[in-house]
Amino acid sequence: MLTGLTLTEARAGLAARKFSARELAQAHLDAIGRLNTQLNAYITVLPEQDVLAAADAADARYASGAARLMDGLPVGVKDLFCTKGVKTTAASKMLANFVPPYESSVTARLLEAGSVFLGKTNLDEFAMGSANITSAFGSVLNPWKRQGDDAALVPGGSSGGSAAAVAAGLALAATGTDTGGSIRQPAAFCGIVGLKPTYGRCSRWGTIAFASSLDQAGPMTRSVADAGLMLEAMAGFDEKDSTSSNRPVPEFSKAAGKSVKGLRVGIPAEYRAPGMPEEIAKMWEQGIAWLREAGCEVVDVSLPHTKYGLATYYIIAPAECSSNLARYDGIRFGERQDASTLDGIYERTRAEGFGPEVRNRILMGTYVLSAGYYDAYYLKAQKVRTLIKRDFVQAFEQVDVLLTPTAPSAAFAQGENMDDPVQMYLNDIFTVPASMAGVPAMSVPVGLDSRGLPLGLQIIGRHFDEETVLSVGGALEAAAGFAHKPALHAEAGV
Amino acid sequence: MSYVIEGKTGSWEIVVGLEVHAQVVSKSKLFSGASTTFGAEPNSQVSLVDAAFPGMLPVINRECVAQAVRTGLGLNARINLESRFDRKNYFYADLPQGYQISQFAHPIVGEGTIEIELSSGETRKIGITRLHMEQDAGKLIHDQDPTKSMVDLNRAGVALMEIVSEPDIREPEEAGAYLRKLRQILRYLGTCDGNMEEGSMRADVNVSVRKAGEPFRTRCEIKNVNSIRFVMQAIEVEAARQVEIWENGGEVDQETRLFDAARGETRTMRSKEDAHDYRYFPDPDLLPLVIEQDWVDALKAALPELPDAKRARFQSDYGIPFYDAGVLVAEQSVADFYETVAKGRDGKLAVSWVTGDLFAALNRTGKTIETSPVSAEALGQMLDLIADGTINGKIAKEVFEDMVETGESPDAIVEKKGLRQVTDTGVIDAAIDAVMAKNADKVAEYRSGKDKLFGFFVGQVMKETKGKANPALVNDALKSKLDA
Repeated sequence: MLTGLTLTEARAGLAARKFSARELAQAHLDAIGRLNTQLNAYITVLPEQDVLAAADAADARYASGAARLMDGLPVGVKDLFCTKGVKTTAASKMLANFVPPYESSVTARLLEAGSVFLGKTNLDEFAMGSANITSAFGSVLNPWKRQGDDAALVPGGSSGGSAAAVAAGLALAATGTDTGGSIRQPAAFCGIVGLKPTYGRCSRWGTIAFASSLDQAGPMTRSVADAGLMLEAMAGFDEKDSTSSNRPVPEFSKAAGKSVKGLRVGIPAEYRAPGMPEEIAKMWEQGIAWLREAGCEVVDVSLPHTKYGLATYYIIAPAECSSNLARYDGIRFGERQDASTLDGIYERTRAEGFGPEVRNRILMGTYVLSAGYYDAYYLKAQKVRTLIKRDFVQAFEQVDVLLTPTAPSAAFAQGENMDDPVQMYLNDIFTVPASMAGVPAMSVPVGLDSRGLPLGLQIIGRHFDEETVLSVGGALEAAAGFAHKPALHAEAGV
Repeated sequence: MSYVIEGKTGSWEIVVGLEVHAQVVSKSKLFSGASTTFGAEPNSQVSLVDAAFPGMLPVINRECVAQAVRTGLGLNARINLESRFDRKNYFYADLPQGYQISQFAHPIVGEGTIEIELSSGETRKIGITRLHMEQDAGKLIHDQDPTKSMVDLNRAGVALMEIVSEPDIREPEEAGAYLRKLRQILRYLGTCDGNMEEGSMRADVNVSVRKAGEPFRTRCEIKNVNSIRFVMQAIEVEAARQVEIWENGGEVDQETRLFDAARGETRTMRSKEDAHDYRYFPDPDLLPLVIEQDWVDALKAALPELPDAKRARFQSDYGIPFYDAGVLVAEQSVADFYETVAKGRDGKLAVSWVTGDLFAALNRTGKTIETSPVSAEALGQMLDLIADGTINGKIAKEVFEDMVETGESPDAIVEKKGLRQVTDTGVIDAAIDAVMAKNADKVAEYRSGKDKLFGFFVGQVMKETKGKANPALVNDALKSKLDA
């Protein structure tokens, strides 16, 4: 079925003219039509004629032998990337009707590579959340179900819409953004591959900012090879983003199949968190064994400042977010609540435009930057961040990649973990350190837990060495042979 | 100390430091490609970055950095090869991002000095603490609607240099001299047009008072004073206000004040309690700004000659006094005009024509040096006519006035009016003979010892020749005829 392919398979099928880009796009539009009301994975689905027109253009290029890297491949776009002429909401009431007159650099590259956009995927409001329950447009449903239990599970977050769409066959792949785990954790919860590239690898221009020093766009796909392919299309220097890297973009699409023989894989002791579920620990051990069998050398390493990762992340990210979100003041764009004074406009607009989690983080960020608290919180956190980064750099003097679990649990149910924000923030415990260090990291699905829910392992690499991450991910993927499908899937029951 | 406030409890001195916001001369804004032209239609020069649309990012404008470095070099200041941008967070309708990008902890320029000159002729050095780059805000317009304010973002994001002085200023006059000198340097460098009326240069004034020998007392900041005269007035009235508070047993509060020029007083704008907490932190959208020493050196090598150096050179090259040289270099355009006139000519004669007759003519006709009816080249030609004896100094005045009126060349005017100096000794002799014949009695007096009458005869001969006679020839001939 067309909705069950990988990007790589679909690319080959299109090139061989086994099916057309129009057929492929139509199959996805149909699947979205059937399943999106349940999953709520998309906030906006593009008009059918626009999607098909893009597919037709791709077909024409295939016919003339001028097909591009992503030509005709239907993908979802996280609704945090500004898309020209297409409503871009950040899943916030604040931007409920915002139509950008510009295209983000990452989506512009994907369009240039021939991708066919299906729509804008749901997320936690302004990418703040780990369960996709803070969207102003409703929660996203994880297409997976626990065995013998119909509880509605969360898809993870913040890129929960993208993860659910890719897992359920509503897109061959989707873009995500990752600030503290927002690509990797939902990928793990939904049984797909999610790659957070090195900070600076993908331009941030035109992507709505959450925490500028951490935000990074990346691919969410069904295979490691797909992640390489899509990253190759997304990445590259952008003079409009001062923090983007001008390093050349390697052929990531060819990295997944490379041999990992002789590579040194580090196992960081500090990730053996007390209270880690037995199944997670077992899966990790299994991953280590697979890589050893593939010829890797496994080395114990230490990242001594890991335990401070989450606390410092929840200082730095809110600090930046409190400033980044100041522009949503109702004056120039977005929703405005009128009042008789300027301060009144600000207060009403922001109180009504932002949801509770966003308001929480703005408050936390404002607090940690305040006079009298700056040194104790923000400055201290920046110093610890430097130490965390140094941990990684030193570890990578000994090893080529690190292997850890992606998340401390499988997908949980809507309503669980909801009372205590700290419990919710613990979801990011394994993903945050790599974000703080700016190094690339990828989650690969490797198996199911006892209740039939997918689990992911995380491979962390050196700065700008996504290729090795992809190679090791490919080896893990091959060994695990993860072929499970979620309960809700475009191909199920058709 | 020449400026003191005499209070009931004794004498007080004033302590003043200035923070000057100078708009950078550049084609585009500090972090966007939008134009900076003054006076365009509201909101016609606003990029998506300036309006802080979602996902927009700042990219530093290299030319603005060069301008800041040039200014730092012109202020004899340390250039920091690594500097950083911070966000200054506050909400206002003219501030689209909700923060101003500024350099708080690591400015691009460190300590420097400016030498000022007072009316007494005395010079003083005023320390510069730092210069940093930041974004200007937009403008609110309140007179377009009865209930609403309008926002114009044309100015939002234009580059500013904030130039902070040490609290070295001890007199209102010094503050004025400092601002004039700073403006002069900025204009010479071409880094700011220094136009205070258009707001491209604005001053915040920090004022405190103290008894001689005391440490600093609490200061107040007077925001956005927009002329040099007002800065001097504001310092006077604010210092007097503070003295009165202290002497009445009160305490000066650290606060931000406004100067009301119409009433001649300062008023509270924000008390300390209402002071913003700007929550400065490094802007994560921008990398540290790193510049190369070679680039700084190249900018330095290409700097124009600055006023102090030019003044010294004018003194030595053209043999003119310190004071005159100062008048000439006050404006670069005047200095350039003078130099065109003086080059290869009599520098002293040139300065007296430029600062005397030319300035008077400009004043009278309401023109500036840039729109002068007499070009530097034409004035130079006129000096040549004096030097080669074609006209004398007196006739030159007449020629010059004609040049002012008609804009014609001095040669043409001399020809047209027949003003060529008479050097024909026959004509001069005839004139002398005529004068002596008409004034036989005075000739007799002269010859009997009243030699002061010589001047009378010179005057009469000049009159007889309609002023055109060469004065030296007249002198010689008269002397020989009278003494004969």
